[in-house]
Amino acid sequence: MPQERVALKNCGVINPEDVGSYLKQEGFKALGKARQEMTPETVIAEVKASGLRGRGGAGFPCGLKWEGARRTPSDAKYVICNADEGEVGTFKDRYILENDPFTLVEGLAIAGYAVGAGKGYIYLRAEYHYLLDLLAKAVNQAKEAELLAGFDIEIREGAGAYVCGEESALMESIEGKRGEARYRPPFPTVAGLWNKPTTINNVETLMNIPQIILNGADWFNQMGTERSKGTKVFSVSGDVACPGVYELVLGSPLRELVEDLAQAKEANLIQIGGATGRVVSWEMMGTPLAFETILGAGAITVFDKSRDVIDIVYQTMEFLAEESCGKCTPCRQGTEAMLYILEKFRQGEAVSRDVKDMEDLSDVMMISSLCGLGQAAPNVVMDTLKYFPDAYQCRIKETKVVR
Amino acid sequence: MSKSKKVATQRRSPGELLLALKEVQAKTGYVSEQAMVELASSFGIPLHDVYGVASFYSFLTTRPVGRNVIKVCKSLPCYLKNYQSIVEAIEREIGIKPGETTSDGRFSFELVNCIGLCDQAPAILINDDPHVNLTPGKIAKILEGYK
Repeated sequence: MPQERVALKNCGVINPEDVGSYLKQEGFKALGKARQEMTPETVIAEVKASGLRGRGGAGFPCGLKWEGARRTPSDAKYVICNADEGEVGTFKDRYILENDPFTLVEGLAIAGYAVGAGKGYIYLRAEYHYLLDLLAKAVNQAKEAELLAGFDIEIREGAGAYVCGEESALMESIEGKRGEARYRPPFPTVAGLWNKPTTINNVETLMNIPQIILNGADWFNQMGTERSKGTKVFSVSGDVACPGVYELVLGSPLRELVEDLAQAKEANLIQIGGATGRVVSWEMMGTPLAFETILGAGAITVFDKSRDVIDIVYQTMEFLAEESCGKCTPCRQGTEAMLYILEKFRQGEAVSRDVKDMEDLSDVMMISSLCGLGQAAPNVVMDTLKYFPDAYQCRIKETKVVR
Repeated sequence: MSKSKKVATQRRSPGELLLALKEVQAKTGYVSEQAMVELASSFGIPLHDVYGVASFYSFLTTRPVGRNVIKVCKSLPCYLKNYQSIVEAIEREIGIKPGETTSDGRFSFELVNCIGLCDQAPAILINDDPHVNLTPGKIAKILEGYK
């Protein structure tokens, strides 16, 4: 399947500093159509029918989320754009913000109309502070041109915490607190920011909204697979000749992205979805990229045959241990315990029992962690045990059996 | 601590603590104990809650740092492009190791997790400016721009 630009349609086409150039590309036409020709309910119905699922990694149906917040009675509601991509190897939202902040603003305003929220927040990661002016300019230009019709957008910056990309931690952070995950239920659509009904969508999810409104759900849902409609924006880096951002129709094989477009040679291990994502081996290049297989937020890091698998796993776990917010024990202690065992493999001091211990620990972390960080932290260990068992076996100290 | 002049801003709504901490850091370079005491009193919350927030975020610091903070990305995509050689070049250039501050207060130097510039690895941030596609040979010239 060829590259298809839906979310990235205007990237490189418009001038990200000039709302006029966006208006020439049908900018804000979708917001106008939604407000004048559609009710909030029909906007939600259209998004539901499109099959659009969240692009931040979890893949929750966007229309359902909006409907949940719409139906919760409240004096105030909020919509949030999550621009805190922190997954190792992801940079697609940076590319979007650099090239087309206006579609994002329009998408968020449509979300506000659908949900019944008067205010939207864009939570920008502190690492992208250099994009703040550009983004603020886009919001202000849209406001000054009276394109937002009273819908207010405030940009909030993070302060350097991976876990704040997790929706409940992000809301804690906007409320000025430590970015620690919340217990759920209640879900944000019932009690989110300031305890009010809130939707929170990834940058890329919102980029799809204006075109779904303009072209219709049927146009959108003819792209992709049964359960994954539309396109996906990928960030590809690591051992490839052409790292960068690529947008493909969902269901495209991994090979097309990694070998044809990014020009990987001798790829051995591919991490899909960053530190909390999945790991596959080069033999699985035919795997279609979709929610029902492997996708995450679309961060693809390629490791060639010269790289040490245990080293990759160790560094991934080290990242997660550092970024664990520390609120729940299975994540805080589990990542540290996992590191302790992985270090033994690194040193060639592991024993057979360590594999079983890592499997048991993984089960506990997956079942009992409070948020996605701890629940998905063991993925990298379990996947490499499955697809690269030799990498572990050759580090296990052989015990001599005395007969 | 010796300054008697107030460094933190006046009382605001409870949700603005993180904003207030960031302001203090932007103004004075770090979040001092004095600033945290002032914020606790103006927000009407315990000091440990203020410290809890200030110490949670990696871009906030409760200890004095240099005028310019070099953040070298150590995550896997930069590791694959040999960020270690960039660390060594910076060490040679300014004579300190990660976690340290130069004696003239010009630079602090730290290793950080993924900064989202993986397609242009190895990458660093100095203050808030990205520097990408680095080689050890480029470091001296880049650092010259920060006084």
